Amino acid sequence: MLQIPCPWCGIRDESEFSYGGEAHITRPLNSENLTDEEWADYLFMRKNTRGAFLEQWQHAQGCRRWFNIQRDTVSYKISASYKVGEQPPQGMGNEK
Amino acid sequence: MKNNRLQGEGRINRNRPLNFIFNGKSYQGFEGDTLASALLANDVHLVARSWKYHRPRGILGSGAEEPNAIVQLEKGRLTVPNARATQVELYEGLQASSVNCWPGLEFDFLSINSLFSRLMPSGFYYKTFMWPKKLWMSYEHVIRKASGLGVSPELPDPDRYEKTYAHCDVLIIGAGPAGLMAALAAGKMSARVMLVDEQSEFGGSMLHSNETINGQPAQDWVSDTCEELASMQEVKLLPRSSAFGYHDYNFVTINERLTDHLPTGQKTGGRERLWKVRAKQVVLATGALERPLVFANNDRPGVMLSSAVMQYVNRYAVAVGQEIVIFTNNDSAYETAMTLLEAGLKVIAIIDNRINPGSSMADQLRSEGVKIIDQSVVVDVKGSKRINAVQVMSLQPGGDKVTGSVQTIACDLLAMSGGWSPVIHLSSQSGAKACWDDEKACFLPGVPIQHERSAGASNGCFDLKNCLSEGMLAGNEAAQQCGFEVDASIQLPVVNEVIFNRIKPLWLVPSMFKAGRGPKQFVDMQNDVAASDIMLAAREGYHSVEHVKRYTALGFGTDQGKIGNINGMAILAQSLQQNISETGTTTFRPNYTPVTIGSIAGMNLGGELFEPVRKTAMHGWHKQEGAEFENVGQWKRPWYYPRAGESMLDAVNRECLATRNSVGIIDASTLGKIIIEGKDSGEFLNRLYTNAWKKLDINKARYGFMLGEDGMVMDDGVTIRLEENKYFMHTTTGGAAPVFSWMERWLQTEWPELEVFLTSVTDHWATAAVVGPNSRKVVSAVCEGIDFDAQAFPFMSSREGLVNGIEARINRISFSGELAYEVNVPANYGLQMWESLMAAGEQYDITPYGTESMHVLRAEKGYVIVGQDTDGSVTPVDLGMDWVVSKVKDFIGRRSLYREDCVREGRKQLVGLLTLNGSDVLPEGGQIVEDPNASIPIPMIGHVTSSYYSANLGYSIAMALVKGGLSRMGETVHIPLADGKVIAAKISSSIFYDADGEKQNV
Ligand SMILES: [Zn+2]
Repeated sequence: MLQIPCPWCGIRDESEFSYGGEAHITRPLNSENLTDEEWADYLFMRKNTRGAFLEQWQHAQGCRRWFNIQRDTVSYKISASYKVGEQPPQGMGNEK
Repeated sequence: MKNNRLQGEGRINRNRPLNFIFNGKSYQGFEGDTLASALLANDVHLVARSWKYHRPRGILGSGAEEPNAIVQLEKGRLTVPNARATQVELYEGLQASSVNCWPGLEFDFLSINSLFSRLMPSGFYYKTFMWPKKLWMSYEHVIRKASGLGVSPELPDPDRYEKTYAHCDVLIIGAGPAGLMAALAAGKMSARVMLVDEQSEFGGSMLHSNETINGQPAQDWVSDTCEELASMQEVKLLPRSSAFGYHDYNFVTINERLTDHLPTGQKTGGRERLWKVRAKQVVLATGALERPLVFANNDRPGVMLSSAVMQYVNRYAVAVGQEIVIFTNNDSAYETAMTLLEAGLKVIAIIDNRINPGSSMADQLRSEGVKIIDQSVVVDVKGSKRINAVQVMSLQPGGDKVTGSVQTIACDLLAMSGGWSPVIHLSSQSGAKACWDDEKACFLPGVPIQHERSAGASNGCFDLKNCLSEGMLAGNEAAQQCGFEVDASIQLPVVNEVIFNRIKPLWLVPSMFKAGRGPKQFVDMQNDVAASDIMLAAREGYHSVEHVKRYTALGFGTDQGKIGNINGMAILAQSLQQNISETGTTTFRPNYTPVTIGSIAGMNLGGELFEPVRKTAMHGWHKQEGAEFENVGQWKRPWYYPRAGESMLDAVNRECLATRNSVGIIDASTLGKIIIEGKDSGEFLNRLYTNAWKKLDINKARYGFMLGEDGMVMDDGVTIRLEENKYFMHTTTGGAAPVFSWMERWLQTEWPELEVFLTSVTDHWATAAVVGPNSRKVVSAVCEGIDFDAQAFPFMSSREGLVNGIEARINRISFSGELAYEVNVPANYGLQMWESLMAAGEQYDITPYGTESMHVLRAEKGYVIVGQDTDGSVTPVDLGMDWVVSKVKDFIGRRSLYREDCVREGRKQLVGLLTLNGSDVLPEGGQIVEDPNASIPIPMIGHVTSSYYSANLGYSIAMALVKGGLSRMGETVHIPLADGKVIAAKISSSIFYDADGEKQNV
């Protein structure tokens, strides 16, 4: 069981959290003008990263805040935790 | 009966004799015995039949590794399958029986398999029984009988199981010399320490050792140390506790057995306690397991691990044999020989594969008349249910072939040692990759990935002096990592230095037979895997350990390869002409030893604590009225209210008729309720729902659909505007929590600029829906301060008033098509409100109805239930509800509605179905076909989502999702049933009753 650092509450057991998938996917504002492929890319396509990955979690059994972490999908090591709206750690991003 | 008990003290209490029953016979043992030691004391060696060949098997080991002595404990509700007799502490009245022998242990019918064993190679069951497939089921029945382990209990488990969480600085697993020393070191540094060990007593191998520590018997040092540890405030000692899983972030799961060692009548409180420990640092001092040697008939009763023999003699004072031969490839067996001599038993010979294995012990043994036969091996044993001789041959120079004549040595016990395998299971589970050590001929723990370290035998350190110093170092280091300072006063105990000669690996004993011929040389006794099976697998192309494991069953079962895996892997490596590190090791996964389901389930095991139960304020009333309840999520909802002699259908018909003809009442408290407020709440609803909200008047209600971003219907409900910037949302009962989370997520992650606040008020209000032509009369008699005139209080509007002087909100909304009012009061007043409505409705014969009638009434009107008529692949357009979808504003899921797949022809659409014979009620989930006589597989065009008998209409009605259904009106389709019957039905509108909606506009 992971220990996840909530930016609001500190380190808590994984069982207090729910997972929200890949972080930093922005909802397109001009969806009218998007092709089916472009919309499907936003809707369905997710990376399956091996290594450092930026992802969303909610502290569901705690403060109920959504936030982002950087987690290594191999070692499960969490190297950053930051609030929604903040930038990921320097040089990090879920590249396309 | 022969008594094998020795004069020596051991660690048993001779003042406490204990009676027990094994396979129907009574025996006696002592307090401190295991079931295995007590059986051996009574000269019971034959304890099991093997699972595939049904060969007689005896006790091989002395702990968790035991592959043969698997027993069923007790009977009925208390029965425990697959207990290792070597780990079962004896108690008064214990009852046990062998598993896996049918019809009996002494005469086993299926041992005939043994005669045909050459015809039953690895993969035999798969190869033979998999074809034809239709017969597999009946084969499987026979195979299960022939091959199963114990019998699972058929009655509910009467025991209670507990769970507890713990945090500590240093968790030490294993309380042998290294673990005790580590605990002492970390304890003296004032770290919070937990020391766990699977045995009833701490001490590990020291409990049967001949060595001295600080000039005293090792056992004395153990008790002194335990006493000192027990006196330390921050040290927690957990005996009888198996650390079985090492998970991420130093999370270790430990199963503590609280009552298994007590007689049946004295077991009180919980049976087991599951510890979930988060440790800052972990010390693994889990010891090592001795390996058997692989030679012909090495599975016969009377062939035992050398360390087990020593343990039975020293710890339990049991002579497991009188005339003993030892077969070894390393020095540790010489200690066993010394022990046996000291106990007055006869050691005839030591067979050693090494050349001139000289050590101080060897010299001493020779001087006492023990023959040491070097460069030799045991190639076979004689005797079936108990050995009576061993056959010995010399090794050729090089050691991979035997030579010369066979020497037969009479004996009643063979103690063998093939070397030691560190117990690296937990280290491997923690993520460290085990590495092979050629010199020690074993896998060692890999470089730590988590905050852990190994010490002692589990780290490949096999001599006491170094075990103690490694333990101390590990304890110091672990506590230092937690910020504590080393206690300089701690001293290493003084022990004798022993020089060990190098082990000479002997994975497969050479024999006079060609490879794969001759009697079986067992590698994994629990799974009857012989060396020839592994060689066959290699020849058949299985080169990965993981594949060989699955093909041969090597390493499955209760011992999980503790006995056989390393030998098996080495034999595979030899067959593939690789070295062991190239062949690799299988990954160790939790659990280290079997854990009861009860322990994992804990207090949640069945019963009321399995899940929280939610009851409405009127629950007691429903119960009193004899309602049958339905689970809706965690809620208990009245399903229907049967009267004396009524069937469910009778009750539902009566409830539906009464509601449409006069008035009914239903407890609607469970619907999700969310207050949405803030200056942007209208905008937020606009984005959330498919329809527009900003122009809704205050105190007016509107029905809304919520879609996922994929355009599929997610939830629905009526929302009321209470104030300019305040709305009251209803969700489905099941949708309350997910919808709330959904809204939070959008507000926090995508639209943080919106000023909106959410409050879940589901539990704050009790709701009664009063439904039917007489509902206005009933509600207006109870509610004060509201003008119930049809124009003054129109459909889809909301009013505040008083019920018995309590604030109430009345919503004129309807889920039945009837004139209907939903009366809401603060939950604590729910029962009072309900009873007032019942009293006011008495003159109209007001009828309480449950969810079943609610479903029928809404289906008569074609109202969908999200999650029943939809399944996550249905858009509002598919439901024929385009009217609720705005064409002018954006909302979640909008763009998806015109994705190519959502606008294609032939999507499944919601329609009504009327069976040609009105008394046929279609089964929900029934598959719909055009032509029931078409060749199989018949193309399916849809399925029935809702189906009921409608008493109001006098015939059955159904709703269905059918491909292109909206353009198939009037077509006849067919629903084939499981019993071969086919029901024909006509596609219709899904509105069956009051199509113009006149009944609610009165
Ligand atoms: Zn939090």
